[in-house]
Amino acid sequence: MDAQEKMLNELIKKQQADELKAKDRYEIPAQDMPAQDGIKRRSNMNEVALGYTETQARLEAMRCLQCKNAPCVEGCPVRIRIRDFVVAIAEGNNEEAISIIKHNSLLPAVCGRVCPQEVQCQEYCTVGKKFKDPEKSVSIGRLERYVADLAKEGDEVPGVALPTGKKVAIIGSGPGGIVVAADVRRAGHEVTIFEAFHKPGGVMVYGIPEFRLPKSIVQEEIDVLKKMGVELICNFIVGRTRTIEQLMTEDGFDAVYVGVGAGLPKFMNIEGEHLVGVYSANEYLTRANLMKAYQFGKGADTPIAVSKNVAVLGGGNVAMDSARMAVRLGAENVYLVYRRSEKEMPARVEEVHHAKEEGVQFCTLQNPKRILGDDQGNVVGMECLKYELGEPDDSGRRRPVAIEGSEFEIDVDTVIVAIGNGANPLIQQTTPGLEFNKWGNIVVDENCKTSLQGVYAGGDIVLGAATVILAMGQGRIAAAAINQYLHG
Amino acid sequence: MSFKILSKKQLSENVFQLDVEAPLVARSRKAGQFVIVSVDEDAGERIPLTIAGADPQKGSIRLIFQRVGKATAQMADLHEADALGYIAGPLGQPTHIQKFGSVVCVGGGIGNAPLLPIATALKEADNQIISILGARNQELLILEDEFKKISDELIVVTDDGSYGRKALVTEPLKEICSRDSKPDCAITIGPAVMMKFCCETTKGFNVPTQVSLNTIMVDGTGMCGGCRVEVGGQTKFVCVDGPEFDGHQVNFEQMMKRMSAYKALEQKALEKYRDHKCKIGLK
Ligand SMILES: Cc1cc2nc3c(=O)[nH]c(=O)nc-3n(C[C@H](O)[C@H](O)[C@H](O)COP(=O)(O)OP(=O)(O)OC[C@H]3O[C@@H](n4cnc5c(N)ncnc54)[C@H](O)[C@@H]3O)c2cc1C
Ligand SMILES: Cc1cc2nc3c(=O)[nH]c(=O)nc-3n(C[C@H](O)[C@H](O)[C@H](O)COP(=O)(O)OP(=O)(O)OC[C@H]3O[C@@H](n4cnc5c(N)ncnc54)[C@H](O)[C@@H]3O)c2cc1C
Ligand code: SF4
Ligand code: SF4
Ligand code: FES
Repeated sequence: MDAQEKMLNELIKKQQADELKAKDRYEIPAQDMPAQDGIKRRSNMNEVALGYTETQARLEAMRCLQCKNAPCVEGCPVRIRIRDFVVAIAEGNNEEAISIIKHNSLLPAVCGRVCPQEVQCQEYCTVGKKFKDPEKSVSIGRLERYVADLAKEGDEVPGVALPTGKKVAIIGSGPGGIVVAADVRRAGHEVTIFEAFHKPGGVMVYGIPEFRLPKSIVQEEIDVLKKMGVELICNFIVGRTRTIEQLMTEDGFDAVYVGVGAGLPKFMNIEGEHLVGVYSANEYLTRANLMKAYQFGKGADTPIAVSKNVAVLGGGNVAMDSARMAVRLGAENVYLVYRRSEKEMPARVEEVHHAKEEGVQFCTLQNPKRILGDDQGNVVGMECLKYELGEPDDSGRRRPVAIEGSEFEIDVDTVIVAIGNGANPLIQQTTPGLEFNKWGNIVVDENCKTSLQGVYAGGDIVLGAATVILAMGQGRIAAAAINQYLHG
Repeated sequence: MSFKILSKKQLSENVFQLDVEAPLVARSRKAGQFVIVSVDEDAGERIPLTIAGADPQKGSIRLIFQRVGKATAQMADLHEADALGYIAGPLGQPTHIQKFGSVVCVGGGIGNAPLLPIATALKEADNQIISILGARNQELLILEDEFKKISDELIVVTDDGSYGRKALVTEPLKEICSRDSKPDCAITIGPAVMMKFCCETTKGFNVPTQVSLNTIMVDGTGMCGGCRVEVGGQTKFVCVDGPEFDGHQVNFEQMMKRMSAYKALEQKALEKYRDHKCKIGLK
């Protein structure tokens, strides 16, 4: 028996005797996530975080103080009963834990992996507060992943009510669309998902890389939908193949959910952005993930730049994913160029750690001025400016200010622009009467209802580029509203 | 959904025509639009091809393509009753069709294929159509008969003089623009260099000129930005803002450079495919 198991056994004994005190719980060390070796994983696409063992999970769960008011729940956008499921894990009752989670979240294996927990549930955790370090909070996301992965094998198909004769169209198969499909189908309505790409899953398959979220997890969720009788039509671009109006007036759909995501890459609008070797993160990641460019010539046909020195512009999850992908595609030097300091980076803390372990070089307080090319139009370098932090801006973060005359050049052959996504205008251009705000996002009320009768929307196309769990949360609201609309 | 090949025809040594089942696309497509096609559903490359025609009753679309690399070589090796991996579309803005008066339609090589539905629609809108078709040699000239049917005047040129006039398309184009009643507008589709020189020609005569750009694409829905070009100093996405643009505003130099981004890799892929075919005994 190893030390960990011994510790666990003692704790269990104490617990059974009702003698486990807060002090004992604080003394349990926060459990690290086992991960693939930092050097080894530079050359494979396999998932980096390996998941807790049973012993680790129970130890971590025992760190939870079982707070009466469970402040953590406040930080979860879908209000999972966190305390209750963590307690269930501590007691070794994993089945109960997963059923508690599934009550609020349909994609725990996904959210447990990709939620920015440190600014959601874990930010509110009493344990983290006590240590004045959110990283010391109970690892709620990891525990969520642990039970979700255990439950995966025996996943049963949710029951479906008797047919109502009503038809619902879901546009986009991202997390929002998946959740709406499940909830609306359960109520007995006929459901068809329309997806523009040849594979379902939205950003979870074309954006977030395999090494962070294995595609098989998303596929399993899609398979469950199919077993429930949801129809899925890929290669169907709403607005082009059929418009929303045609779906509703000619094809007999009674309600529509629009979950088309953000999907419009932002560029810096600097000189040299048209050069060969400059990618939007969307293009780079789509080529690499969805089109499997890392297997180019070995079964896959989509090419991607063979790079030596790569600059990634940005500091969010999308930038981390691009940088870590570039490492795996064989780049010798990957620079992450960000104009604020590391503290302001919006990426998940875990991704920043992982990127560093994999050798991504962080160049903070710098920003490109222009990208340099040769006469063939290929990227050969980038001119940057140094920055310092000035007064806080509207977002409360200190505003980066360029230092005049601080220009310097770096030697790169590939530049990946990862500074965010705007709203794709296709639905706006093809759906008269649907109300949008000035950024091109669909306007909805608190039930996710749009300005058009029977049309609902959620996720990134409403919120701007947001998160999986927020898209999922809106999906649940929209589904409830659609079910009510079709019922009345 | 299956994308079955209903018929296949070889139009010249390297140009093929497929009629493919794609009922939804056939129903909603308009002149000037294209589809994204992949031979293999899982790992194939997504390539854009213009919809050269459609039969909504039969639920089929016509694709005409030139064998240039691995994906098109693979497609050329398919037979009747085989199926494509997938077809998505229709994509892009339809051509703006109206009565302009007289329109010169300049097609080069495979460009004749995307040009045909546009010229046809322009004819139906009561325009006078002057067509100039160019090819490197007679072997490579496609769709002459179809253009004959819809053109009020048809000029054929070949680089080597093996058929029609020995000239580049810009030569007759210049003559037509110099006529007393110069054309009201021009549309040109073909290799990027050809479109570039056509635009330089018409610019001198102030004849508004549309071009249809064939940049490298991935999604075709405005999501990746890979198809971007500079038009009038602004960044445009060919798949959603185009594929047609005012040719006098397009930065062709830059576009041509971007189109050769993967040349070395593409070459390798094609060689490997040919090699593989030899080994398994295909022709
Ligand atoms: C690289 C990257 C990393 C990220 N990392 C994280 C993370 O770690 N944690 C996190 O919480 N969030 C992360 N996000 C954000 C998160 O993925 C999104 O907020 C979430 O996926 C949005 O979900 P959605 O339901 O709005 O749809 P999306 O996932 O955006 O999917 C929309 C789907 O609609 C399809 N579509 C679009 N237009 C049409 C049309 N006209 N017709 C038919 N189909 C259409 C698209 O092809 C797509 O499949 C990341 C995003 C990216 C790009
Ligand atoms: C809107 C549009 C309409 C088009 N219509 C037609 C048509 O009707 N008939 C036709 O023969 N061709 C058409 N093309 C060009 C066609 O897409 C390319 O010839 C094809 O992608 C080549 O693929 P490949 O693998 O055989 O060749 P590759 O060896 O991969 O490439 C050969 C050349 O084709 C171009 N190319 C490569 N990949 C792509 C890609 N994913 N997207 C676009 N171009 C690429 C590059 O310039 C490259 O150098 C069109 C292109 C666009 C953008
Ligand atoms: S869904 Fe996300 S925010 Fe909610 S408990 Fe799970 S990890 Fe935390
Ligand atoms: S706040 Fe932290 S310690 Fe308290 S119940 Fe939630 S997870 Fe447990
Ligand atoms: S092909 Fe991706 S934006 Fe045009």
